[in-house]
Amino acid sequence: MTNTSMTRSILDPTGERSLVDRQLATRPNSLEGVTVGLLNISKPRGDVFLDRIEERLTTIGAAVNRYTKPTFAKPAPVDLRHKIATECQVVIEALAD
Amino acid sequence: MANATELTVFTQDNPDFPANPEAHHDADLAISWHHDIETVPTLMRVVDGKAVDRTVGWHRDEWERITGLGSELPPMRPGCGSMSVDPDLVDELRVRFGATTLSSRRVEVADAEDDMEMMFNRGWTDGLPVIPPTEERVMRMLTGTSRESTEIVATVPPDLIDITVEKVAVSAVMAGCLPEYLPWVITAIEGACTDEFNMHGLLATTMPVGPVIICSGPGTRAIGMNSGGNALGQGNRANSTIGRALQLVIRNFGGGRPGEVDRSTHGAPGKLGFCFAENDVDSPYGTLSAQLGVDPGVDAITLFAGEGPRCVVDQLSREPDSLARSLAANLQVLHHPKLVMAFDAIVVMGPEHARVFDDAGWNREQIIAGINAHLNRPGSDIIRGAGGIAEGLPEEFAEVPSVPKFRDGGLMLAYAGGGAGLFSEIIGGWVNGAVGSQPMCRAVTY
Repeated sequence: MTNTSMTRSILDPTGERSLVDRQLATRPNSLEGVTVGLLNISKPRGDVFLDRIEERLTTIGAAVNRYTKPTFAKPAPVDLRHKIATECQVVIEALAD
Repeated sequence: MANATELTVFTQDNPDFPANPEAHHDADLAISWHHDIETVPTLMRVVDGKAVDRTVGWHRDEWERITGLGSELPPMRPGCGSMSVDPDLVDELRVRFGATTLSSRRVEVADAEDDMEMMFNRGWTDGLPVIPPTEERVMRMLTGTSRESTEIVATVPPDLIDITVEKVAVSAVMAGCLPEYLPWVITAIEGACTDEFNMHGLLATTMPVGPVIICSGPGTRAIGMNSGGNALGQGNRANSTIGRALQLVIRNFGGGRPGEVDRSTHGAPGKLGFCFAENDVDSPYGTLSAQLGVDPGVDAITLFAGEGPRCVVDQLSREPDSLARSLAANLQVLHHPKLVMAFDAIVVMGPEHARVFDDAGWNREQIIAGINAHLNRPGSDIIRGAGGIAEGLPEEFAEVPSVPKFRDGGLMLAYAGGGAGLFSEIIGGWVNGAVGSQPMCRAVTY
């Protein structure tokens, strides 16, 4: 029997995902009057960091909304991401420990 | 026979035989393949283009029944194996005649390129060599399941892409699996990629944990898994490759790589793949799979988000309470003696430790309760700052008289290991429950 395969080939093990280029949102020149979302991922002491950030942001005239992930161990639920995206122009996510 | 009926003869190897009537040479074995010929000769009766009857070898009664002829034949001769099922040819034939379902991109390998090095260079290995997933090997792997190659198995984190049975088979080949392991690999992926098990978080965490797979049921013996000596170690193909296949899926298909979404501070050897079988035949206290809700005797996979195993040595306890205290003392320190309720654990008891409980008539529930009885600490001992150690529970636990190490159901038992050695292994868990990962058991679907 003859070998019919002329070229050796293997099968791609990856997800063969076509990468989507996403445009970065325009950066604001100033945070004055801008709504900033502060996302606490639910790790210990994340609130300490975000409390201080909120103080600083309020001083320079930004409006602040606070959000919390149900657990740091899982990605933020899609509804929470949507809520943040529709209510804020800027978001800061706090890691902690 | 050619004179008595309309006869067509096909020959596989020698085109000149038989000379009369003239044989059609099935040179590429297409006729043999498509008619599922396993033995030569195969005699088929064809009516209106459809095969309605067949016999293999030379059985005079059968030939007479089908053709009305054959009285000169010997009573019985068995025939030979068909070339279309020759182990040296069958993989190539499967690709040639049945590969149309494979949709993965083909990656060509240059003549001067080394397959193994090419796969390292593309970042497709876990640091150890992988088996190149050729069409032949992937098609052979797919014979291990009755599922369609296009069926979606799960949505794989972190990139959240739907994986097909075909792509699972690709990783299973790379990991070194045999086709009969594939249903176990598929079931492991199905379980791991649920919100409940939370493979995404397990991958991303800084803790040194990964999916631990514990297989149960008669199927573990059918595929030759090791539940005895060195079960948690090297040397058994199924133990070594099933967990690895899952991790290769996460790495290559899901895009979960160390230093990227995988943020583990230290990692652990088990992250290459950590899989073993529990010895459900000899276990004096039933199976872990049953503890997690799957009937005994059913082929099943337990998934646990866990770190590497650590040994408990107790060579002197001959009374169950003494051994329970030993195990409890070792379990209390899991992750930190002052951190409780947040982590589950599986104790994998060897036969010699299990016998101490069995001789005293303790069943699974009694063993777990007996160990847990020695795992309660006053809150004041384990709050932050107690004992001069900053780590610990929040201050509000100070007045709680007794805080258990494990949540309800958080302590589990499996039975595996060789005959000699008064040891048990503890597999410590990652953050448990809805905020982390929930241990689970799933029946294997073939």
